[in-house]
Amino acid sequence: MKPLSDSTWDMEITPHNKMLDLKLKEVWQYRDLLWLLVKRDFVSFYKQTILGPLWFFIQPIFTTIIFTFIFGSLAGMSTDGLPQPLFYMAGITCWNYFADCLNKTSTVFKDNAGIFGKVYFPRLIMPLSIVASNLIRFAVQMLLFLLMIVYYLAVGKDFGPNWYILLFPFLVVLMACLGLGLGLMISAMTTKYRDLAFLVTFGVQLLMYATTVIYPLSTAMQKFPAYAWIIEYNPMTPVMETFRYGFLGKGSFSWEGLGWCTGITMVISLLGMILFNKVEKTFVDTV
Amino acid sequence: MTDGNELMSRIAIKAEGLSKVYQLGEIGTGTISRDLERWWARLRGRDDPFLRIGEPDKRFSKGNNGLIWSLKELNFEVEQGDAVGIIGRNGAGKSTLLKILSRVTSPTTGSAKVKGRIASLLEVGTGFHPELTGRENVFLNGAIMGMRHAEIKRKFDQIVDFAGVERYIDTPVKRYSSGMYVRLAFAVAAHLDSEILIVDEVLAVGDAEFQKKCLGKMGEVSTREGRTVLFVSHNMESIRSLCNQGMVLNNGQVLFNGSADEAIRAYAGIAADDLQLIRLENHQLSAEVCLVNFEIDQASLYSHQDLDFKLSLESTLKNNIQSLALFIYDAFEQKAAFIDLRCNDLFNRTALTNTVALNGCLKNIPLIPGKYKIGLHVQSNLLYKDFFNLLQFEVLQKEMTDGLLPYPLQVRGNTEMEYSFTIR
Repeated sequence: MKPLSDSTWDMEITPHNKMLDLKLKEVWQYRDLLWLLVKRDFVSFYKQTILGPLWFFIQPIFTTIIFTFIFGSLAGMSTDGLPQPLFYMAGITCWNYFADCLNKTSTVFKDNAGIFGKVYFPRLIMPLSIVASNLIRFAVQMLLFLLMIVYYLAVGKDFGPNWYILLFPFLVVLMACLGLGLGLMISAMTTKYRDLAFLVTFGVQLLMYATTVIYPLSTAMQKFPAYAWIIEYNPMTPVMETFRYGFLGKGSFSWEGLGWCTGITMVISLLGMILFNKVEKTFVDTV
Repeated sequence: MTDGNELMSRIAIKAEGLSKVYQLGEIGTGTISRDLERWWARLRGRDDPFLRIGEPDKRFSKGNNGLIWSLKELNFEVEQGDAVGIIGRNGAGKSTLLKILSRVTSPTTGSAKVKGRIASLLEVGTGFHPELTGRENVFLNGAIMGMRHAEIKRKFDQIVDFAGVERYIDTPVKRYSSGMYVRLAFAVAAHLDSEILIVDEVLAVGDAEFQKKCLGKMGEVSTREGRTVLFVSHNMESIRSLCNQGMVLNNGQVLFNGSADEAIRAYAGIAADDLQLIRLENHQLSAEVCLVNFEIDQASLYSHQDLDFKLSLESTLKNNIQSLALFIYDAFEQKAAFIDLRCNDLFNRTALTNTVALNGCLKNIPLIPGKYKIGLHVQSNLLYKDFFNLLQFEVLQKEMTDGLLPYPLQVRGNTEMEYSFTIR
């Protein structure tokens, strides 16, 4: 090997990261690792199971049945005139993706302390791989949702997708970034003091009730006009409403809502990455 | 001028004032006030109020702020192509240094500049997933260590061949024997293509044959391929055979930096400096009985050398000793020897006076290399007890002839026989 001739250094190890140096270039260099981690998560999930990825169906199906029974039949909540299972399934599919991203990334430091303590790679790879592997699960559940749409269209229910369905890829990005950003923030804040971690699990559940998963936005505005702003300003609400509007043709879609959601998502994910980046250097000592 | 530039450009790692502080004790409600204070100081652009550079290290005594300097103001340079052995006692800061250089954690102050890609091997098999097959794990582990997919693919056959697991490569690694697991893991790491390789005592794994293979591979990496290797080990023999340079760390500071042989000698020096380990004075065994003096004459010796000891006891009341013995136990708390000191003279003496002293010699010590502790067993009318952990000495590894490496200690039993043989 020939001596490296230039006297410039390739790397400098310093106490702190630069605030805005997110090392995205390095993340790109490690893209193979990202892909392998996604593969690992997927493969290890269904190894030694008989039904394999079919297990991804079980949770949304049962949740939908329960929601239909409790909120639909027992409580008699409105579903904007949509078939109840379809309405709930739309909400659950979206919410699951967001919540999974948030929950799993929020414990990324704790879960991977062993590997992070032994080898260096851009830490951001780990949460990114979580978001990506949840995408597979989300895709499987979307398939179930699409099958339900086909079924209800076949039995002649009055609803249908419209052109806003084209916003779907954008909605996925929004959900991923929002879940990732919040998760990163929480993971960065819980490396030393874990108090916040206890809040997250039930906080996410509470947040679900502040999002239009089990009721439409229109009903909330009607019944609680004074508090509806909480639901309206919840960045997940526009995502949910746009999703339902695009696929099922019912819901309260507005460009303002989507714009608000986009803005807040950008702020949160940037803030999350900055905080994460700040903590990743020394978390090994405190986790 | 050109000479200077030439010299500059050959430096692969340059550390400037590298320090690392760890917090002792638990992290909890007690630490938050300090964190707030620290944060407030940083907001105002002040230095951390809890870090006072230049404070003497009090590793073994309790400091007032519960912070410990694991590394302190380290300055050194490593030239490209050198194989540097890093030696020092447990807690000297070796692992911390490796962790900083491999970017697992960051220094508290100071910086290190590095030329070239660093691959670190602080543990073999990092990220191995038990459910995945050997093949999948090779790719995953390689990627974790920074290899591109194509690179691993190109070296895949070499890796599998080195590990010797061809038959099992499509079996989940949870079905592997621990030896196979480690071999595969090391094989991936050994085929990394980085300019700088950082290795922490991973060679303490696998069977003797594989250890030899690993050492050979590492030697090849540094001498033939001209890559820089940093190697931490407690085994002076592997340091001697692998490294041309050596750095001795002591209490977080560089004690010596130079050739490997000199470094090993310097290390033996600090081991001998530990006076409190070979001598104990006025150690109260009970309210009445005092161990006035208990000492051995060497801190470190080779197998089959002699060790002199002195022992004197004093008691406030008459203390008829019925039994007195030394016992030696090894680093795993296994008793290695029992030295019976009962005799009529001892019984008669203690029946008459309150003090007793004896000198002795442990001859031709037949112990394998390692750290040993000496304890004392006393049975008398005032005291009936075993005292552990009084003195400590180290048996060193003798150099082998013909440049051979000694077998790892795990396979060598407890006794070092004295022997001779001839080839006919």
